Amino acid sequence: MSGPYARLPGWADYGLIPIINLLVAFAVAGLVVLLVGENPLRAAVILVEGAFVGGQNIAYTLYYATSFIFTGLAVAVAFHCRLFNIGGEGQAYVGGLGVALVCLSFDALFPWWINFPLAILGAAAFGALWALIPAYLQARRGSHVVITTIMFNFIAASLMVYLLVDVLKPPGSMAPQTRTFLEGGQLPKLNWLIEAFGLSVRSAPFNISFLLALLAAFGVWVLIWRTRLGYEIRTQGHSARAARYAGIGQARIIIVAMTVSGALAGMMALNPVMGDQHRLQLDFVTGAGFVGIAVALMGRSHPAGIVPAAVLFGMLYQGGAELAFEMPNISRDMIVIIQGLVILFAGALENMFRPYLQTVFASLRPRSAGLAEDRAGGA
Amino acid sequence: MAEAAIELVGINKSFGAVHANKDIDLTVPAGTIHGIIGENGAGKSTLMSILYGFYQADSGEIHVGGRRTVINAPSDAIACGIGMVHQHFMLVHNFTVLENVILGAEGEPLLKTSVAKARSELERLERDYGLEVDPDAIIEELPVGLQQRVEILKALFRGADILILDEPTGVLTPAEADHLFRILRQLKDEGKTVVLITHKLREIMAVTDNVSVMRQGSLVATRKTAETTVEELAELMVGRRVLLRVEKGEAKPGDFLLSVRNLTVKDSRGVTMVDDVSFDVRAGEIVGIAGVAGNGQSELLETIAGIRKAESGEVTLDGRPVDLTGGADPGDLRRRGLAHVPEDRHTMGLVLPFEENENSILGYHGDPAYLKGPFLDVDAIRSDARDKIEKYDIRPADCRLRTANFSGGNQQKIVLAREMERDPKVLIVGQPTRGVDVGAIEFIHKRLIDMRDQGKAVLLVSVELDEIRALADRILVMFDGRVVGEPPREASEGEIGLLMAGVETREAAE
Repeated sequence: MSGPYARLPGWADYGLIPIINLLVAFAVAGLVVLLVGENPLRAAVILVEGAFVGGQNIAYTLYYATSFIFTGLAVAVAFHCRLFNIGGEGQAYVGGLGVALVCLSFDALFPWWINFPLAILGAAAFGALWALIPAYLQARRGSHVVITTIMFNFIAASLMVYLLVDVLKPPGSMAPQTRTFLEGGQLPKLNWLIEAFGLSVRSAPFNISFLLALLAAFGVWVLIWRTRLGYEIRTQGHSARAARYAGIGQARIIIVAMTVSGALAGMMALNPVMGDQHRLQLDFVTGAGFVGIAVALMGRSHPAGIVPAAVLFGMLYQGGAELAFEMPNISRDMIVIIQGLVILFAGALENMFRPYLQTVFASLRPRSAGLAEDRAGGA
Repeated sequence: MAEAAIELVGINKSFGAVHANKDIDLTVPAGTIHGIIGENGAGKSTLMSILYGFYQADSGEIHVGGRRTVINAPSDAIACGIGMVHQHFMLVHNFTVLENVILGAEGEPLLKTSVAKARSELERLERDYGLEVDPDAIIEELPVGLQQRVEILKALFRGADILILDEPTGVLTPAEADHLFRILRQLKDEGKTVVLITHKLREIMAVTDNVSVMRQGSLVATRKTAETTVEELAELMVGRRVLLRVEKGEAKPGDFLLSVRNLTVKDSRGVTMVDDVSFDVRAGEIVGIAGVAGNGQSELLETIAGIRKAESGEVTLDGRPVDLTGGADPGDLRRRGLAHVPEDRHTMGLVLPFEENENSILGYHGDPAYLKGPFLDVDAIRSDARDKIEKYDIRPADCRLRTANFSGGNQQKIVLAREMERDPKVLIVGQPTRGVDVGAIEFIHKRLIDMRDQGKAVLLVSVELDEIRALADRILVMFDGRVVGEPPREASEGEIGLLMAGVETREAAE
């Protein structure tokens, strides 16, 4: 028997449910804070203030959010094709190689505004390439993309260690990183944007790739909902049989979706590599690829949800750092626990409160569910 | 009147705003076969699910054997002596009959004694009710009719005095169905009570003592079967007079539009599903393929549509060959004038989470009329969808609504509108009225006849023999992957039924 389907209004589906999930996550996180002997309310205040009070904090929050928007979009595009791309971490890492190669080659020749588009291409191409192999294996050989992308994260990590230690490291240097890019390989900061609101920013890595992230979010919306390719991706994602019926080449669409996903993940590298550190370092991705999964889950794979979800996780990163600083009992690992709880409630348990809410809505406003009248009791 | 085996008083059940059961009063006398008939979505299954404890009623009382009972779970129902045979069997496929029967009623940690007990009990049941099944046979090796018998045995083994059967004949040949009815009568003679849920009027007339008709969640009438007619029941079901017979003129067959020669199809395990099948469909005729579900019709249809690869064979579409063994793409075939209404609209014909207008272009989404460069021309798609909604009277008339929220009949109309409005040369249709209410069936049948009269070649696959007989100008019968006969149009249901059962398996079915 199919269960009854009471439709929730859009604002409840996309607004209320994530907020409820978030509140529950924070409530449970509060218990954990209580357990280590700190005041959860004070911790919450520090967390939020550390993320959103003062231009400096806001700039950092948005800097982190930029990375998460890219990786969140990457996961979302693959999700629409019902592919679980866990390889954002590796794709972003290899994407960094694309950025670095462009910057190392051209930073003395061109200004940043010529190198930026080239670096975008480099990042996207390398990220896409790193997704292409798992995609091909999934499409043609049926090797599950979850397994292969995880393994490709490790391969990427090893590859980059090799390259940074043996190939890209300037001679005589002790650090496994490339030389620092010249001005032509450095993205302008966006701190003036925050200062325009009358807030002061001392020094923060918030840079122009944030605008690119917003542009990418819009681009993903157009791609998924307004292009033929997006239509085919969604068809494949909802029903492989329907896609076959509609004459959509499954291998092709899987490869294309994964490639786009990898390209978006790769573009994440622009933010830390070209926007902040101005060199390629070991482990610069620092988990952003995995956070992207949570961001996509929480944002319901829709760009309009992904951007706020990315800001939320940016807040957890930035505010969490402040919290660890202010409350010595709360270590960096505690922040990871809080993030994990958010992921648990916003992602894995996303449907936990939905049935109750549907019942409440159905009883409050009978007409909101009235369209399903013919389906009652159907087999 | 005998004492009531089941008495339902004032049962109400709502799912959100949907009132699935409204004030149902139902009395089933002990030792009778009671039919419950109604369209899909009339609330039959909901009512029986309440009786069997899957759902709890919002209000109302259940009396079993004269005593008021609260049934909160299937285990409560079983304890009251109610057994249910589901439409989709609940059997473990790689277990033996015996293992399935004792499943959930094992009794002790060690199986040995309970198995021995079960075996003798099973023998007694088989003797008493004529339910012969080899207790050591593996379920997946049994024909569907016997699997169903195992379901009945399971219920009886748990001491059921009241047996509910939900659409039991959907998967059976006419002969198997007849045999089932004989078993049901025998159960009745032994004092059991049977509740038969169906949407087939013929079965109600054939086997029940009393019949209750449900419509839109209400129980609208209860009749003694002997005192009612098919026409009256149909009218009660739909709420208006229905044309049960399809009106159509003589076929005027023209050119050969679809020719299939020696087509053989294997599934992924290498089992031959379609075996050396040849036939033609001409312009202006409907060729119906009859057969029990699972005899290769689905595979045949999917192969012709290019979805499944053929092992060997030749297919000609409108005079030109199609390579179905290589990579004939469903998209290419569509462009060449082949429209396909698939059997399974939920996973193949439609993408249920899509908006209605998005589904109205599925398969034709590459048509330049719907595109502006690589972008979807949303305005064109929606206005096109609105036209189809009007023409096919799809309700609700909202092209932005999620497809899952349309009823079965309206979903099917979305598919039909998409495929028929492309003016194809050949239309292949699988189970066009499965899960569709009577009113929509009438509409769909009429449209199919219209297509024929416009000179299209129509290939129709249906497990509803009545439908095949009503619509098809020629009938082919498939059994075990082969076309086993082309009975003349005036052939009786019994003759076609024998072909459907396959000559060799006739004894097994009997």
